[in-house]
Amino acid sequence: MSIGRDYGGSLTQTAEFGQLLCWVSSCGMTVGDQASASAGAPVAPLIHASGLRKQFGDFVAVDGIDFDVQPGEAFGFLGPNGAGKSSTMRMIGCTSPTSGGTLQLFGLDPATDGPAIRRRLGVVPQMDSLDNELTVEENLVIYGRYFDLSRAEARRRAKELLDFVQLTDRATSRVEPLSGGMKRRVTIARSLINQPDLLLLDEPTTGLDPQARHILWDRLYRLKQQGVTLVLTTHYMDEAEQLCDRLVVMDAGKIVAQGSPRQLIDEHATREVLELRFRAGSNEENVQYASGVGDRHEVLPDRILVYAHNGDEALAKAIANGAQPESALVRRSTLEDVFLRLTGRTLVE
Amino acid sequence: MRVFEWKLAVYRRVWKANVLTSLLQPLLYLLAMGLGVGALVNKNGGSARLLGGVPYIAFVAPGLLATTAMMVGAIESLWPVHDAMKWGRQYEAMSATPLEPADIVLAHVLWLMFRTGTAAAAVAAAMALFPDVRSWGLVAAIPAAMLSGVALGMPLSAWAVSREREMSFPLIQRFIIVPLFLFGGAFFPLSQLPIGIRIIGYISPLWHGVEMCRSWVSGTHMTALAAVGHVTYLTVFVVVGSVYMRRLAKDRLFA
Repeated sequence: MSIGRDYGGSLTQTAEFGQLLCWVSSCGMTVGDQASASAGAPVAPLIHASGLRKQFGDFVAVDGIDFDVQPGEAFGFLGPNGAGKSSTMRMIGCTSPTSGGTLQLFGLDPATDGPAIRRRLGVVPQMDSLDNELTVEENLVIYGRYFDLSRAEARRRAKELLDFVQLTDRATSRVEPLSGGMKRRVTIARSLINQPDLLLLDEPTTGLDPQARHILWDRLYRLKQQGVTLVLTTHYMDEAEQLCDRLVVMDAGKIVAQGSPRQLIDEHATREVLELRFRAGSNEENVQYASGVGDRHEVLPDRILVYAHNGDEALAKAIANGAQPESALVRRSTLEDVFLRLTGRTLVE
Repeated sequence: MRVFEWKLAVYRRVWKANVLTSLLQPLLYLLAMGLGVGALVNKNGGSARLLGGVPYIAFVAPGLLATTAMMVGAIESLWPVHDAMKWGRQYEAMSATPLEPADIVLAHVLWLMFRTGTAAAAVAAAMALFPDVRSWGLVAAIPAAMLSGVALGMPLSAWAVSREREMSFPLIQRFIIVPLFLFGGAFFPLSQLPIGIRIIGYISPLWHGVEMCRSWVSGTHMTALAAVGHVTYLTVFVVVGSVYMRRLAKDRLFA
């Protein structure tokens, strides 16, 4: 099962944050824009890429990808490490020149308008780049100064943003002793200091514990509700399911599928999955029991997956065939299964 | 300028301890070298002529202005630059803003000027306590010392910004900075050395700074041409170092 979109509780609180965050999205778009975007009317995309390539020497990191990101959308790049996600993000962030193809942000060309585009972006890098010697607030204020904010304005925004990421009580503490999750929240607050039209997040929750991830997802979900356009990379399928309206699955520098999480699952996986675990090292001899009980099956090192519309029925059939699994689990299909189907590999290795 | 603010904000955490050592160190140094070593040197009949007709303290103290600036310029350029590029990733954070590599380099030049300038000013303040070297020329010597510190610092910064590891830094200290320091004409006239070693002094940014400091402080004559020559030589170091630092930083941050 998916972890679920249980944001009922947070929705009621959102009104308080609504006012605070209005300005975050204010320069990006109006509600009208968002409506027309979803209605399919021609709205200029925030990001347009076609045939986009990135090459380092002989190594092709990104191999001709096409995508558009519309205002107000939460758009994800899902793929394993080395798929080309971060290279794509750096090109979008105008810190890495393209090796070929077209890339436009806000209708501008990164090659000639890098600083002007970066002025309108918020970036949460994969590795934290906060200054450990400074306080949380100083980090935000100094970063705001890089965007030519006045000191007073930078301080005002820093205060609001620390409130938003629930770190007001840590404003005057140094960054160094903070936990990984807190540092990540500081980084997100920092990325919002210039009221960006587009927020780029490169693996925002990698390395965080589950609780910290949920806090972060909640904050990002609120930003999304305020109409901030999010573009994120992840190798966690649950993260992609939670946050992304639309995503592309990347593998070896190419886009192998795209759509909403639901669409991708419907298209590339069955409704349910039966996971069978057998005694270690005996998958090969047990695979006979799994074949034919569902639409298809996959043998992984530690378990056998059976794709079927009804997992319980498949399990009953497998047992009738004589299977004696040590454990059996029936679950809904996830993006992990989509990825496995498309590439023959798992996302997190 | 904005990036310079960042360095200042970090510095604010340590400046008190820093100011104290910046003042205390030259004081101890002047006492030891100027009075202690100086007493021996001055006993030698021929040394006054070699030193330009002044007691040893008047010879070595202006050198101290330049060596201090040089050391500060070098120290602020190796590890801190590498740290901002690689470990702390502050430069990477800046690259995601409208800032460009040129802004980072310009801020670093300003920062080196600030640090070498304040360090030299502290030495000048300590020197003012010694009657033999007290003069208004000290004020003019501060920018001269500063320039030689930045002149060494910028090429080192260009090196530091491009390195994947800092293994080479202690070697640079031992085999580049220390020889430049010892043979830069701060402690004895270069004419005392065989020509082969003397060359180290002439190419060292330190010697050019020392010459100017000594001339301003003692009020001895230096031709305008010589002064322009020294300043130009040092400025070339600053400019070439800055150009390379910008290019190398761009190659890494915008790969």
